[in-house]
Amino acid sequence: MEFSQIAAIAGKEFWDRIRNRWVLAVALVFTAFALSIAYFGAAQQGSVGFRSIEVTIASLVSLVIYLIPLIALVLGFDAIVGERERGSLDLLLSMPITRVELLLGKYLGLAGALAFSTVAGFGLVGVVLSAQLDLNALFHYFGFMLSSVLLGCAFLSLAVMLSVFAADRTRASGLAIAMWFFFVLIFDLLLLGVLVVTAGQWGGEALPYMLLLNPADVFRILNIFSLEDVRTLYGLATVFPPALAQPWLLGLVMAGWIVVPLAIAAWRFRLGAGRA
Amino acid sequence: MADISPAPSNPPQTGTKPVIVARGVRKHYGSIHAVDGVDLEVQEGELFGLIGHNGAGKSTMFKMMLGLIPVTGGEIRIDGAPVGGAGGDFRTVRRKIGYLPENVVLYDNLTGLETLQFFAKLKGVPARDNVTLLERVGLIHAAKRRVREYSKGMRQRLGFAQALLGKPRILFLDEPTTGLDPEAIRGFYAILRQLKSEGVTMVITSHILAEIQERVDRLAIMAAGKVQATGTVQALREQMDLPLWFSVRVDPADFEAVRAALGHLPVGAIEARDDHVAVQCQRDTKMAVITALATLDGKVRDLTVREPSLEDVFFGFSD
Repeated sequence: MEFSQIAAIAGKEFWDRIRNRWVLAVALVFTAFALSIAYFGAAQQGSVGFRSIEVTIASLVSLVIYLIPLIALVLGFDAIVGERERGSLDLLLSMPITRVELLLGKYLGLAGALAFSTVAGFGLVGVVLSAQLDLNALFHYFGFMLSSVLLGCAFLSLAVMLSVFAADRTRASGLAIAMWFFFVLIFDLLLLGVLVVTAGQWGGEALPYMLLLNPADVFRILNIFSLEDVRTLYGLATVFPPALAQPWLLGLVMAGWIVVPLAIAAWRFRLGAGRA
Repeated sequence: MADISPAPSNPPQTGTKPVIVARGVRKHYGSIHAVDGVDLEVQEGELFGLIGHNGAGKSTMFKMMLGLIPVTGGEIRIDGAPVGGAGGDFRTVRRKIGYLPENVVLYDNLTGLETLQFFAKLKGVPARDNVTLLERVGLIHAAKRRVREYSKGMRQRLGFAQALLGKPRILFLDEPTTGLDPEAIRGFYAILRQLKSEGVTMVITSHILAEIQERVDRLAIMAAGKVQATGTVQALREQMDLPLWFSVRVDPADFEAVRAALGHLPVGAIEARDDHVAVQCQRDTKMAVITALATLDGKVRDLTVREPSLEDVFFGFSD
């Protein structure tokens, strides 16, 4: 593996997103949402203004869990299939570069753009809020940003994987939307449904582990378990064994969600050399 | 494309060292035999043409020579190293190769110069030659414009500049003159001549047979996944043994005299046209026809011989 080849591809992908203002747009969206949630999140209760970091993070988590997977899937779904469909893939592959290097370069460049927008968008809000936050709160906010980046990277990895498998862009975009619906909307409902239908007979014990099968849930657990006040707000805390709620363990699971789809993508893309 | 290179005064040297060697190459997609047992040998410094109908297997052959798709059977070697193998060899071989795909697709959001910078990085070539390359293909005026604004011909030239990055020893050019105007085509072939004089080996495909028949050293005619014939254009003509045509300009009053002079020779058709007589004959009768016409002294005002074109040869082999 040659790092310079990966860097060349990653650099192009990253700068493409800077130049077409994708990074700026996404960062602004994050800033706008985070600021409104921090200041107006309690408007329904009749008060306006920053309340506490716990409530702010809890609200941000609910938002980010929808938004970041969507943004990551849209960013990555045509990474490979797009090049193939436009007809530029052959030229790229005729260069002194392996398919795995190309795939990693694509992923790292896009992940860099996504991470940069996330950190810039939420970081700006963090700076604005910093006057009202103590060190502990800042630490939690930093944890939230880091887990948001990981969440984005996990869904980007899934997006790149389906971009390798899909036959064309249209199918890839369909798959991306389906994937978003499944992980963000359907997965939890499905688990709950099984739990209710079997009256807790089946799945009760396994439920916490099942949650690890969804990167969005891992993200949620990572954030709410780090916040004392919030934990009690969620019923989840009662079913989730504290032993599993170790940040490093959850972080490891998240890393798995980044590495495994990417590894499957690399395997399939290398195999593609045999078909094409 | 500016014709900045004078035609080399010394005839380009074609070596006898085979640079591209294909042995029994096959590519099967299920029951479809896209390439079915191709043997090819391209010598160092040779400008080699690959012609054939759409679907004849040219593009598949190209992709296999580049290592973009694996062979089903047989072997392809470039500079002695097998194509398609991973590891160190693969990069060494790739760095020697330049490739211009058919209907090259570049990145619309990059400028011409940035495009070259990107591919130069991938090839591990210093960026300092990029400007020279843009000058060479006549795009220096558009270096800082985005490819989005480029015409088809300009994209093709940029694609060609990309193929020339890092002074490749071997060039694969798939329909390289698509979208170029006649002047640009001349400029393009002038660059090829110069590269040839530097010993660069080139494989070129084209639909425009008239364009390549006078420019390639040798060519292979592909049909139905096989090479039907290989050789110089002249050798293929002789091998095909197609008739050639004389056009004998004479006064209409002398038409019969021409007929009479050729009567004893095994010529084909003799047709009287407006101001000339068209005579068809086989190659081995050619000199006899000229000798017979010489006896008509004074009556023949002009004489032209039309050799069968590459197109005639091509259809002869591929049908």
